[in-house]
Amino acid sequence: MKNSAFAGFLRWLDGDPEILLGAEEMTEQPDVPRDSQKQRIHHLEHVLKDHPLPVPRAFSRRNVRIFYAVVSVVCCLVIISCLLLAVSDLPRFGVEHAEVEEVTEKYVLDGLEETGAVNIVSGIILDYRAFDTLGESFVLFCALNCVLILLRTDSREEEHDISYYSLSGDDVLRKSIMFTLPLVLVFGVYVLLNGHLSPGGGFSGGAVMGGGLILLSTGYGGEVTGRFITERRFKTVCFIALSFYCLSKSYVFFTGANGLETGISLGTPGAILSSGLILPLNIAVGMVVTCTMYGIYRMFKKGSF
Amino acid sequence: MLDKLLMNYELAFAVILFGVGLCTLLFHRNMIKKIIGLNIMDTGLYLLLASMGYVEGAKAPIIEDLTNIGEVADYINPVPSALVLTGIVVSVSVTAISLSLAVRLFKKYHSLDLDEIYAIARRQEKEVF
Amino acid sequence: MDFVRNFPLFSVALCLMSAVLCSVLGAKPAKWLTLSVQAVNCCLSASVAAFCLCTGESYLYPMGFIGAPWGNELRGGVLEGLIGSSAALVLCMSVLGGVRFIKRDILPAKQNLYFLLINLVGAAVTSLIYTNDVFTGYVFLEILTLSSCGILMIRDIGRTTLAATRYLILNLMGSGLFLLGLILSYDITGHLLMQSMAGSFDLLEQSGEHAIVASVAVGLICVGLGIKSGLYPFHFWMQDTYGSATPSSAAVLSGVVSKGYIFLLIKIMCRVIGIGSPLLEGARFILLVLGILGIVMGSVGAMRQSSVNRMIALSSAAQIGYIYVGIGLGTELSLAAAILQLIAHMLTKPLLFLAAARLTEVSSGSPVFKALQGSGRRDPFAGAMFSAGAFSMMGIPAFAGFSAKLYFCVAAVEYQDLAARWAVLLALAVSTVLNTYYFIRTAIRIWSPIGPAAEKPPRHELAFVAASTVLVALNLVIGLWSGQISRVISAGIEMLS
Repeated sequence: MKNSAFAGFLRWLDGDPEILLGAEEMTEQPDVPRDSQKQRIHHLEHVLKDHPLPVPRAFSRRNVRIFYAVVSVVCCLVIISCLLLAVSDLPRFGVEHAEVEEVTEKYVLDGLEETGAVNIVSGIILDYRAFDTLGESFVLFCALNCVLILLRTDSREEEHDISYYSLSGDDVLRKSIMFTLPLVLVFGVYVLLNGHLSPGGGFSGGAVMGGGLILLSTGYGGEVTGRFITERRFKTVCFIALSFYCLSKSYVFFTGANGLETGISLGTPGAILSSGLILPLNIAVGMVVTCTMYGIYRMFKKGSF
Repeated sequence: MLDKLLMNYELAFAVILFGVGLCTLLFHRNMIKKIIGLNIMDTGLYLLLASMGYVEGAKAPIIEDLTNIGEVADYINPVPSALVLTGIVVSVSVTAISLSLAVRLFKKYHSLDLDEIYAIARRQEKEVF
Repeated sequence: MDFVRNFPLFSVALCLMSAVLCSVLGAKPAKWLTLSVQAVNCCLSASVAAFCLCTGESYLYPMGFIGAPWGNELRGGVLEGLIGSSAALVLCMSVLGGVRFIKRDILPAKQNLYFLLINLVGAAVTSLIYTNDVFTGYVFLEILTLSSCGILMIRDIGRTTLAATRYLILNLMGSGLFLLGLILSYDITGHLLMQSMAGSFDLLEQSGEHAIVASVAVGLICVGLGIKSGLYPFHFWMQDTYGSATPSSAAVLSGVVSKGYIFLLIKIMCRVIGIGSPLLEGARFILLVLGILGIVMGSVGAMRQSSVNRMIALSSAAQIGYIYVGIGLGTELSLAAAILQLIAHMLTKPLLFLAAARLTEVSSGSPVFKALQGSGRRDPFAGAMFSAGAFSMMGIPAFAGFSAKLYFCVAAVEYQDLAARWAVLLALAVSTVLNTYYFIRTAIRIWSPIGPAAEKPPRHELAFVAASTVLVALNLVIGLWSGQISRVISAGIEMLS
């Protein structure tokens, strides 16, 4: 008990400034260059395999692990049984229940008139509950930037090109991409532009188009896509799409809350150029999603655009 | 209680899927398996949410006949569909970030086993290189 | 309609727009943009608080042409304005005070991304505070999780990556449970807007239907947000996370991010479920117990640390325990004490982290106590600021920490249940003693004349001086005028339900 906190406290009362003397001190990890650090870790791993370090305290790693396992099992069982209990008390599956009526009624019956969107879900996510969707596209933006932070390699550092299992150059893949890519892109554009009329919208259309770009860069390597997607263009598209989204939605929120006219006509329901802002917003969201999908893929693949 | 549970077996499956994901997340020490667990967990959630909006025999919430919208009971509840869409986007982002964290961890410690990584990190702190 | 009512929308939109702008700007313009946007954000929120205080009522702000129960809504009130403005201010000051460390720790090419993420943190916290829609709460909760993980892992060393992994996994588990709670309560109420949901919950309570689902949902929401904000058994990520992040990030994470989650929980409890509702009794009891455990264990843990960063980080667990005790007691007084503690902690923790980083810097870069010996003499200003923060943490009169603890005592003494009253008072006493022990110990070590002489005189930096002076001044203002401030808070709590 010589090093215990209480003994330290007693010594401190006696006026000893060095109360931590003898206690375990933590040392900061020194700033070693990356390569040597890697070698050292390797070396360390080998050493540790042969001579495992003695366990410092009675409460060993093994005990901690067993304790953790028991606690996790208990947690899982408790949570699952609580949830099953809750499910048995939930309203019947597949039966319309009265609680939701008040809200859905308005969406279904007045949605077409108020938002101009034939697809009610589009009307909800881009008009009634547009603030959620604004947040959602910023989640994507945030994810893109976090991946950039983590995986972006500058030219100074080593590139983590994982070309040894790369598929680019495979003839079968290349020929099939020639056939499918136009279809994929056209389908993506179709889904994107018809978001207010049929199932789909910015997120699904953008994901399809992003998938097309990923396909292209898988088969033909980054050089082909890199010819038309430079970092500059990538950033510009993201910037324009997001700022258009943010500004136009803020304008709509502002006018709506203050009871002003937006000056945006809803058009004839069912036509392609209708439902006010929903179409341009879908395009903006689609751009953001495409860029994010492709950007994240490139970061994982190569660490640069 | 059990008969009620069996009546709602679709929802019960979704909840069990959530539980499976949670167990995977808690029990595995491998980073990639943890991420898979997270994804299963999210999928269970979205399944639960989507099935809450389902109404037997109703149509998708897209108006076909513009002159005659019909009744509310003709369509499934559109709100859960909208929420699931949001949720899926969130889970894509989360997966991307956690996978890139796994890549970064592997680059730093040459391992994906979190316990092993902790051991290495602790040792690095203890031993003054 | 008064123009002030638009301010919550403006502050969210401003933060989001400046985040987008930061992605194309260089590091330096991004820094100034972020700082000024957060300062403006602070002013906007402060005017919302003042407006609501003058009119005496809160207001709802529909996001679009239609409000509850169909469209998203924001809600402005005294509490929202007060906490929103302090969060924005603390965000601004944390970045300003740690600018030099940001330059030191982060690759130059990625510095603008740091400011981008700071803006996203600001936007997410502001929306979490103002939102009147639980699902909007979930979406911005995720933005907050991801962006705070981003500002953590942007420092490229192994330990930080590891801390970020743990932080992310725990947080995602928390948000999964939170979302599950939301889904269950949506299914039985059919609403997502807070006041409509509250109406349905009342009806359900009267009819006695779906009681099990309701209690499971409430439990899940509490557990989810508890995990995310670092309630006692889930506090173990704190020391690694706060200890290894760049000082600004540690300040933002402890000062702003966890408070956003807690305020969302308070809002859901008060506005959706009703703080006195029998549904909440079990959850409140658990929060109270965990809060008390957190206070004691956090203080003991902090005492055992050997480096100053980790000590400050673990004392956060104790401070968050206080807030949960306030929520757990559930009276109006204790909620006011919790909010006061929330603000006091928000102002104090960033100060401690920033000052500790500067003291570390003059002690050959090591945060271990032994190396810190006499560091206050090498950098007197940082030492003074650290001591001021430590005084507030200990609860020396005239500082904000004192008034928060005082209000906790009052709330506990007036609580009916004897066991809970004595447990809280005992925990308060123990933690005060322990806090005093480890902060005084650190302060003595900092100021003691023994120790290595300064290698180089500390660089005087206007940014740090300004930031820490503002934080200390606000701390003193809250400590000295705590009566007025707590009246404002009580008015806000009355408006909340």
